[in-house]
Parts: sequence; structure tokens; C-alpha cells
Amino acid sequence: MNLAWTHRRQWRKAVQIRGRRQWYQQWEVRKGVPRQMEEPGQVPTAEKLSGTFDCHFPFASESQSTSSVFELTKILGQSSRSLRPSVCASRFYSSIAKEMTVRDALNSALDEEMSADPKVFLMGEEVGEYQGAYKISKGLLEKYGPERVVDTPITEAGFTGIGVGAAYYGLRPVVEFMTFNFSMQAIDHIINSAAKSNYMSAGQISVPIVFRGPNGAAAGVGAQHSQCYAAWYASCPGLKVLAPYSSEDARGLLKAAIRDPDPVVFLENELLYGESFPVSAEALDSSFCLPIGKAKIERQGKDLTITAFSKMVGYALKVRPPFFLKAVSDAAEILAKEGISAEVINLRSIRPLDRPTINASVRKTNRLVTVEEGFPQHGIGAEICTSVIEESFGYLDAPVERIAGADVPMPYAANLERMAVPQVEDIVRAAKRVCYKSVPMAATA
Amino acid sequence: MSSAFSAIRIIQPLPLNTTTTRSPEKPLFDPLKTTSSFLGSTARFCSTSLNKPSSASHLRRSAVVAVSDVVKDKKLNSNSSLSNLLLTKEEGLEVYQDMILGRAFEDMCAQMYYRGKMFGFVHLYNGQEAVSTGFINLLKKEDSVVSTYRDHVHALSKGVPARAVMSELFGKVTGCCRGQGGSMHMFSKEHNVLGGFAFIGEGIPVATGAAFSSKYRREVLKQADCDHVTVAFFGDGTCNNGQFFECLNMAALWKLPIVFVVENNLWAIGMSHLRATSDPEIWKKGPAFGMPGVHVDGMDVLKVREVAKEAIGRARRGEGPSLVECETYRFRGHSLADPDELRDPAEKAHYAARDPITALKKYMIENKLANEAELKAIEKKIDEVVEDAVEFADASPHPGRTQLLENVFADPKGFGIGPDGKYRCEDPKFTEGTAQV
Repeated sequence: MNLAWTHRRQWRKAVQIRGRRQWYQQWEVRKGVPRQMEEPGQVPTAEKLSGTFDCHFPFASESQSTSSVFELTKILGQSSRSLRPSVCASRFYSSIAKEMTVRDALNSALDEEMSADPKVFLMGEEVGEYQGAYKISKGLLEKYGPERVVDTPITEAGFTGIGVGAAYYGLRPVVEFMTFNFSMQAIDHIINSAAKSNYMSAGQISVPIVFRGPNGAAAGVGAQHSQCYAAWYASCPGLKVLAPYSSEDARGLLKAAIRDPDPVVFLENELLYGESFPVSAEALDSSFCLPIGKAKIERQGKDLTITAFSKMVGYALKVRPPFFLKAVSDAAEILAKEGISAEVINLRSIRPLDRPTINASVRKTNRLVTVEEGFPQHGIGAEICTSVIEESFGYLDAPVERIAGADVPMPYAANLERMAVPQVEDIVRAAKRVCYKSVPMAATA
Repeated sequence: MSSAFSAIRIIQPLPLNTTTTRSPEKPLFDPLKTTSSFLGSTARFCSTSLNKPSSASHLRRSAVVAVSDVVKDKKLNSNSSLSNLLLTKEEGLEVYQDMILGRAFEDMCAQMYYRGKMFGFVHLYNGQEAVSTGFINLLKKEDSVVSTYRDHVHALSKGVPARAVMSELFGKVTGCCRGQGGSMHMFSKEHNVLGGFAFIGEGIPVATGAAFSSKYRREVLKQADCDHVTVAFFGDGTCNNGQFFECLNMAALWKLPIVFVVENNLWAIGMSHLRATSDPEIWKKGPAFGMPGVHVDGMDVLKVREVAKEAIGRARRGEGPSLVECETYRFRGHSLADPDELRDPAEKAHYAARDPITALKKYMIENKLANEAELKAIEKKIDEVVEDAVEFADASPHPGRTQLLENVFADPKGFGIGPDGKYRCEDPKFTEGTAQV
């Protein structure tokens, strides 16, 4: 049970840092517990743990009660009844499958790719001596030296162009933007020099460069630091745009991006950096990489399809809270309680978009809700909706619902910010509307 | 107008142990106590030394010394050293041929444009050939050149065949970029021409990156013979752009093997350089970042060549970047769509009298490097080359329809690279959907 106390310590520290409510909203931990074990006492394998499943924690209920010792004892009391001993052990399963934060996943992916290929180098602000603005590149400077982990002056346009020029000659730069908002200062080079060069030179010059950094809203950082650039970059031919969610996604997609001969925009999410996810042994292998352009079905369902990427996948999915906390954000789970079985697709790759998977899923479920964090007009949801209409119109039983961020620059006040970003309730309401089990559309504060 | 850095001084042996970029007090070239004028002001040093801040008159009206005067000066000062001549006969003919090719090609481009064979934006280089030839003639094949939209002659000087360039302008499949780039985007991997960028200032960071890759190869990948130099060409308007300053900073900071060449033709479309810039002396922006800044007369290919030798040599030795401002002029408008009304005809006539090709011709004949007949033969040969290029381009086919969607990615289907290092789409199980991912 010592892990329980670890969680409590972590929770207390997080509360000090950020305040309780935000921490609840941001804590997304997927600890795998399969619904059924094949045999009692069998150690659940990695696939089962990382697959999709339903939760049977006894405390998973609608009430938003906060943690308390009372809950703890309640759970312990119930555990003997509803949880088999092996399952109980597997809940604190760090001995079974490794858990890794997204930060460590990215760090390890960078480390492995840099050691495998001497042409890979990292360039950006504060990536070296500061160990990375978000500590993603921790330890890399000591390991690889200042020629391969290059601290740049604050000149996005300049150093992005330098990365592109280096990529012209076969080096493989990884250009880090402190956030993708700053990439707007360098967007000329991302699009005009990197994305278009292979086409303009008719294949003579390819640009094997990766632009990475946190994208989208963080907590309380205001309008100029909170925009989601997925739609901007995904509309440009010549770029590949990836948006990982879990640690396995982060590792696999970053490795694939670094090995890729084309410019890749790698959109991470600052709030996911500290999240832990289970990783399989296969994902820890140094040659592991995921394909680009393929989405992952995180959770099978039959009533509707929810597509999401990055942080919104956690909102759409089953989210495993710490055992003593109430389930915080849990759209699929909430819907499951109401008898609506949602299929959740983690897009992973925004460009090229995995249209076959999305369409196959819609043809199966006949309803679609797209979830994204960015601005609604001309967003990812718009593109998915059109793609589905073009290819699977006859299969749709209801109009496609599009959940996006509010059509305003991100406000600063915490309650306004919460309204400007999609929350689980919004996803649930949209899902119900799409299933014609609607509730009146009302904004909640 | 002769630069204060004049031909008189060029032929003195240049100090080989040049200083680092961090001490602008010691100039790249010999300090000048010349009496020549610059920008109409009284005699000043025009080297990297930090002089009294210039209260330069911003009017370029005064004594512009034509090339022939300078040549006369040179003869008068023939006390200094060895040989008066700045190049041998072979080099001279090569340089002449290069400049004639540039001029004839651009004239033919204008003709073709008005006949409708060429379209879109075409920016011609007439009058500036000395800069292109002066620098690119000294480069190796592995050195790279990055340019702006005024890039036909840079590509030609670097070795891209005239046929390929003309076909590219016509938009035919035999062009150097198979018709996908066009006038403003000349890329050639074989000749290391890295474009061809439409936005001004866009090529400078890319050139800096190419120089960075050269240094990286030498130091990190341990390819000890990699001393490739990058030359970035851009105009006077670019020198007010942020990317220019960002790259001057980083190139000097990391001592990259790059030469920044400013083709200062005084006009950015219709905006005069003097109206757009707080301090029009661009060479002075080099020392502000710790690299040598040199001003040279860009209408004289010999002077440009001498400066280029030093700057390229400096970069090749690993001593860092240099900024070379070449004062030059474009005889035609900004592009073929530009009516060119704002420029003073007197100014145009003045610079037309200093045509670099006629100047070089005169120099070579006077110094017995070549005679009329040989030069005429070269001109004739180049005319034939250009006409052949036009015929070839005319006869070439347009790109096929399938070419529209090709080359967006290097990766054939966009699925990335698998763990085994090959493209995923090559794995048959992947395309069938049965592979485990």
C-alpha cells in the first residue's frame, strides 16, 4: 500500500503548486485494470493494460467529492468484495508494466535518436544549460555537448531558417519552440522554406527537420500563449503534423518524426508533460516508432465516434483517477453509464489525417463528435466533418457535432478559461445530442 | 565612384593572419589613407575600423570615379608590387564569358517574356553581373549559393546549364526544378544552388544553416575536409529586415563559414535605399556584430573578385563570416512588370556608362589579355548557347498531369519510416492493414 501514500504525497505537493481544482482537472492517469482476468492471479500483460477498458473502481460516481480518508476506507472496505487480490495488486502495478511521464518519454526518444544518428541535433531556446524550458531535454547537453544541443539566441526566424538550411544538407535538426505561439515568428521558414522546398525543387532537396514544442492552452497563461496551431500547420501541404497523447504516442511519434525525411511539426502539450502513462516493453525498445498517418482507436464502442487529439483524448476517454479520488473527467465512462458506448479515436497524426480509420468508425457507429482545443472556424473538426460527409454521408444518422475551444482569444481568469476550453461535460452533452438524447444546450460556469 | 577601398590597395599583399571577428579595430584590409571619396563626403576610412560616426551626406551625387579612372590610378601607383594584373588571360576570358552569359540570358528572358513564353514574376539581373561572377567564379562546386528572386544569373554562374534554367522559366519538365519552381525558385542539388527565395531575407537564415551544416560536418561528424563555404546574396532592402540581423549575430557568434553579399542597387522596387534606411552604409552593420564589413564597387568585377577572394578565404579557413556591400545598379526595373518611373534617368545613364562588361572588356584589351576578335568570338558563342537554350525550352514538353501531386513529401505515401529503417508503405502488410503497429 505504500503506493497509495506516494499518490497522496504527490497530490499534496501538486495542491501546493497549483491549487486543488486545477489539479483534479489535470490529473489524468491511466492505470490499467482489465475488466476481466483470464485466470485469477494472472499478471495482466502490457497490451491489456494499455488497451481500452472500463473501470470498476467502486468509487467512480458522479459526485465530485474531494479526497478524504473516508473515501480511502470506503474503498478499502469494498476492495475485498469487488476487486480480486491479483487485480488489487495490479492496480499498483509498477512492478508489472512501466509507467513513464510524457516528459521522460520525449527525453528518452530524443536521447536514443541522438545517440543512434550523429546527424541529429537539437536547437532552441534554453535547451542546453537550462535543461529545456520544460525539462524535456534534460541531461542532453552533458551527454552530447554544445555542438549537438545548441542554445540559441531569441531569434525564432533566424534559427528556424538555420535549421532548414542545415536540413538541406542532410543534417537532421530538431528545432524546439518554447511554445508553438513563438513559431509564428518563424512560420515563414516552416512553411516557405521547409514545407515547400521538396516540391519547388522537384524532389532534389528534402528537409528532414522536426519542429517540436508545446501547443495549445496551458493553465492561465493568457491569450498570446494559448493558441492551438494544429489547424494552421495541418492546412499546409508539405508538412506532417503529429499530436501525441500518451507517453507511448510521444515516444513512437517523435522517433518516427526524427527519422522522417520530411518536415514534421510535432505538437506536444504542456499539461500532458507531467502525466504518467503505462508503456509496454515494446515501446521502450530503442527502435520503436509509430507510423505517421495512422490513428489509434483508444476505446472501442458502437454508438458514436469521438475523435480527439492531444489533451482532449484524455477528456474523451476513460481517465483513471487516483484511487482515492473521484473520477474527474471521463466522458466515455459517463456515457457508458448512460448506456451510450463511445468509440474514441486518438488521431495522433493531423496531417496526413487518417481518413480511412475515421470513416470506418463512423460507418460502424453512424454518429460523430469531433473534439479539439483550438478555435472552431476552419479547425480540425471542420476538416474531419467534411471528410466524413464526403465519404460516408449515407451512413450518418445525425449531424456531426464539433466541439472546439471558444471563438475568442484565451482569457486569463480561471473560470473564463475553463469556459473557453472544452470540458468533459461539453463532450458528454454533444454526445448525447448526437444520439438524440439531448439536454438543453446551456452554458455552465 | 571608387570605393575608399580601391583597387590601389587591393594588389598589395593582404595580411594572412587576419584577426578574429571580435576586434573590429584591426581591419580586414589595410587601413586606407586614400583620397578617394565615398558618398560625397570627405576622405574617410572605409574599412572595418570604427571611425568617427559618419555624418555622411546621404546624397550620392558627387564624384563618381569611373572604372577607367581607377585603372589610370592603378597605373600611376604601380610602385606597389609585383604584377599590375589582377587576373590571367584564362581567368579573364572565363570571367568575361560568365558575365556575357548572364547579360545575354537576361536580355533573352525579357524578349521571351514580352512574347508570352515566360510568365509570372521575372526579375532581371542586368548590370549586376560583376557581383555574381566576381564571387561565384571563385567557388568550388561543393560550395553553396543562396539567392533571392533575382537568381537566374547566380544559378548560371554556379554552373546550372542555360538550357535547364530557360526550361524552368518556360515551365517545362526539363527545367532544373521540372517546372515546379519557376523564376524565383532555382534549386539545384548538383550545383549546390539552394534557391531562389521569394521573400527577401528568407534566404539568409537558410544560407546560415548551410554554413552551419558545413561546420557541423567538420567538427561533429569529423569530416575534416569539409570546408564548404556558403555565399548568400541579397539586396539593400533586405538589410532592414530582422532576419538579416539575426543571422549576422548567429553567424558571427558561431563563426560560420559564410559570406553575406549585399547587392546594393540603391532601389527596392520603387523605394530608394536612402529613403528607407536610417544609416545607408550597410557595410557598417558588420562590425556591429563583430565581423568585418567591406564596401566595394560592384560595377567592377576585378575589385569584387579581390574582395571575394579574401572573404571566401577567410570563411574557408574557419575565421568566420564577412559582410560585403557591393554597390551596384540594375539597368532594368525591379521586374519585367515594373514601369521603372521613379528612377532618375541621369542616374541610370550614369551607371550605364559604368557597365561592368564594357569595363572588363576595356581592361582586358588595354592590358593585352585578349583582343577584340577573341572577345567577339566569346560573345558569339554565348549567343548561340542562349538561342539553343530557347529552342530547347520551346521544344520541351510541359509537365505531365501526374506531376502535380508529386514531390510534396520525400516519403512516398506519408506514413513515415518503420523500425527497420525502411518506409512503412513498402511493407506490404502495412498497406493491407494487417501489420502490427
